[in-house]
Amino acid sequence: MSKFEALTGNDAVATAMRQINPDVVAAYPITPQTSTVQKFSEFVADGLVDTEFVTVESEHSAMSACVGAAAAGARVMTATSANGLALMWEIVYIAASNRLPIVMSLVNRALSAPINIHCDHSDVMGMRDSGWIILFSENAQEAYDNFIQAVRIAEHPDVLLPVAVCQDGFITSHGMERVEIYDDDEVKAFVGEYRPQWSILDIDHPKTYGPLDFYDYYYEHKRQQVEAMENALRVIQEVAEEFNRKFNRTYGLFEAYRLDDAEVAVVVVNSTAGTAKAVVDQLRAEGLRVGLLKPRVFRPFPAKELVDALRHLKAVAVMDRAISFGSMNNASPLFLELAAAMTLHGVQIPMADYVFGLGGRDILPREIESVYRDMLRTAETGQVERMVTYLSVRE
Amino acid sequence: MATKLALKELIKQPMRLTPGHRLCAGCGASIVVRQVLMAIDDPVVVTNATGCLEVATTIYPYTAWNVPWMHNAFENAASTISGIEAAYRALVRQGKIPERNVKFIAFGGDGGTYDIGLQALSGAVERGHQFLYICYDNGAYMNTGIQRSSATPMGAHTTTSPAGKKIPGKQQFRKDLTAIMAAHGIPYVAQAAPSHWRDLMKKVRKAVDCGGPAFINILSSCNRGWRHATDETIDITQLAVDTCYWPLYEVEDGEWRLTYKPKEKKPVEEWLKRQGRFRHLFRPENRHIIDELQAEVDRRWERLLRLCGEA
Repeated sequence: MSKFEALTGNDAVATAMRQINPDVVAAYPITPQTSTVQKFSEFVADGLVDTEFVTVESEHSAMSACVGAAAAGARVMTATSANGLALMWEIVYIAASNRLPIVMSLVNRALSAPINIHCDHSDVMGMRDSGWIILFSENAQEAYDNFIQAVRIAEHPDVLLPVAVCQDGFITSHGMERVEIYDDDEVKAFVGEYRPQWSILDIDHPKTYGPLDFYDYYYEHKRQQVEAMENALRVIQEVAEEFNRKFNRTYGLFEAYRLDDAEVAVVVVNSTAGTAKAVVDQLRAEGLRVGLLKPRVFRPFPAKELVDALRHLKAVAVMDRAISFGSMNNASPLFLELAAAMTLHGVQIPMADYVFGLGGRDILPREIESVYRDMLRTAETGQVERMVTYLSVRE
Repeated sequence: MATKLALKELIKQPMRLTPGHRLCAGCGASIVVRQVLMAIDDPVVVTNATGCLEVATTIYPYTAWNVPWMHNAFENAASTISGIEAAYRALVRQGKIPERNVKFIAFGGDGGTYDIGLQALSGAVERGHQFLYICYDNGAYMNTGIQRSSATPMGAHTTTSPAGKKIPGKQQFRKDLTAIMAAHGIPYVAQAAPSHWRDLMKKVRKAVDCGGPAFINILSSCNRGWRHATDETIDITQLAVDTCYWPLYEVEDGEWRLTYKPKEKKPVEEWLKRQGRFRHLFRPENRHIIDELQAEVDRRWERLLRLCGEA
């Protein structure tokens, strides 16, 4: 029987980790991730898991130890944020390129400088070309559910890629919520036993991992990573369908909220989607046809599916908690990619980009409302007033 | 029964690093690796820092390794083996794989160990993982073309500490990494040289059976960087030991012990003059550097004798 508990996002992920019972966890403290591994270390200390908890001296070593442990055929997890992820950088790529199914809880926080411990998405957006699967979570429940599904996605033989499960630093990671925690046995049954195809501990069949790979093979290996990403799109949906049946949820590639008959929509990930839903309800009460699209899967980017979900609209705003400096109009990563997807699929809808909440700045319902009102005007005139707006910044 | 440390017996061992790799003729690294792995009868799992040893033994789709082997990156051979060793313990404890008395060995050059990998090494031994870290110390970044590292001897010419008109080679003494590792208080630390292969292999055996983390620093000539003939590797290594530039000793549970004391301590000049990288030191205006180097070798040797209770 499942039960409802009052948990923070980090506690919910730590609970998922306890239920999954990974073989190795290697992690280093960093705000706002820290309470995840703190909680998990209590499970280790109390003998509730069989995990070797490797308390490394840096995030670089955390990811390095994860790579070694995953090559040994272990089920492996870690957690980090912002600068911690940045310090892992070199090995983040190596983990994906060596096709190691590591699962990471990435508690989103602004990158330095200036140093800041609060939420934005500059950390995860920087890893978007690294070869990791990236999932977003609106709240603690989704972080928990995504984390459980991530194990199955990562370890699928057609995928074998690491997965980062994102949640918003402090907002979700430290906010106490009502979370449905499933029965331990049901979670264990869902993730199943990991049966690695290769292990460096297979002493009788010695293999060389991570050799030098030049122009005669490197390219093919990169091409295989593309294939794995293509497969991941299918596998993510299959795993979600199975998860939904078993635990009565509705996961897919994205969530559409009051979108079917909408004229304008906002696209936004993670916790802000929750606030935006309240704004949608309020504006709908005024008779305005507004909706929301909340991407869950960012890597692989489900371009066609997103375009199909948005093609009936008259205006679309993308709200993004990151900037791609020096990109076209200094816009944000999600906007740029979605705009490209729409255009390349032949869908010409006015689109605007709204950067918000950098360094943890609050995003208020009235600011989201202003985005919707901009889009309603654009829907009428067909004109985008500003391609990129930096919401609630002093200029 | 452990294989007897006799050439007749050792030569019958299966080759764990096979011929056909692309290391240079006379390279110390492959000699070091073969001696280390020949000393161990148990199964081994190896990690390897980026460097000559890694690039020259594994060009895809070929490999010279007949044991499970992994390269991750430059600075993380120690943290990578710590992850593998943690996985081994977790999987054995849960009965998912059989207990095989596996020995975990990490190889890194001096760049990957003294410099960029020092933090990862320090962390991994502090955590108490059961593994042996072997530094094959050739005193520079040889793989990228002979750049100075913190292991480079004072006065040596490298491509980033060139013997110029004003600055005659590397300005600093070598970092004493073996002592730094001993200061971690781990069960076994040693310094060895392939010229003294039986001493080296005995140390490896002690290291892998010490019940905790172990570190051995092994002098490894690079004739491309040191500038000597390819057939002089072992002779020049022997001279490094006999001049006490590279003393052979071990630190077992905190007890320091010399494992070889030269009958006659030769002047460091004997070692320097055999290598092109020190040629400029023999010009009159640079002789003082040889004197300074000799003084430092003497100071470190005296300190070692005191630590070993031999003074």
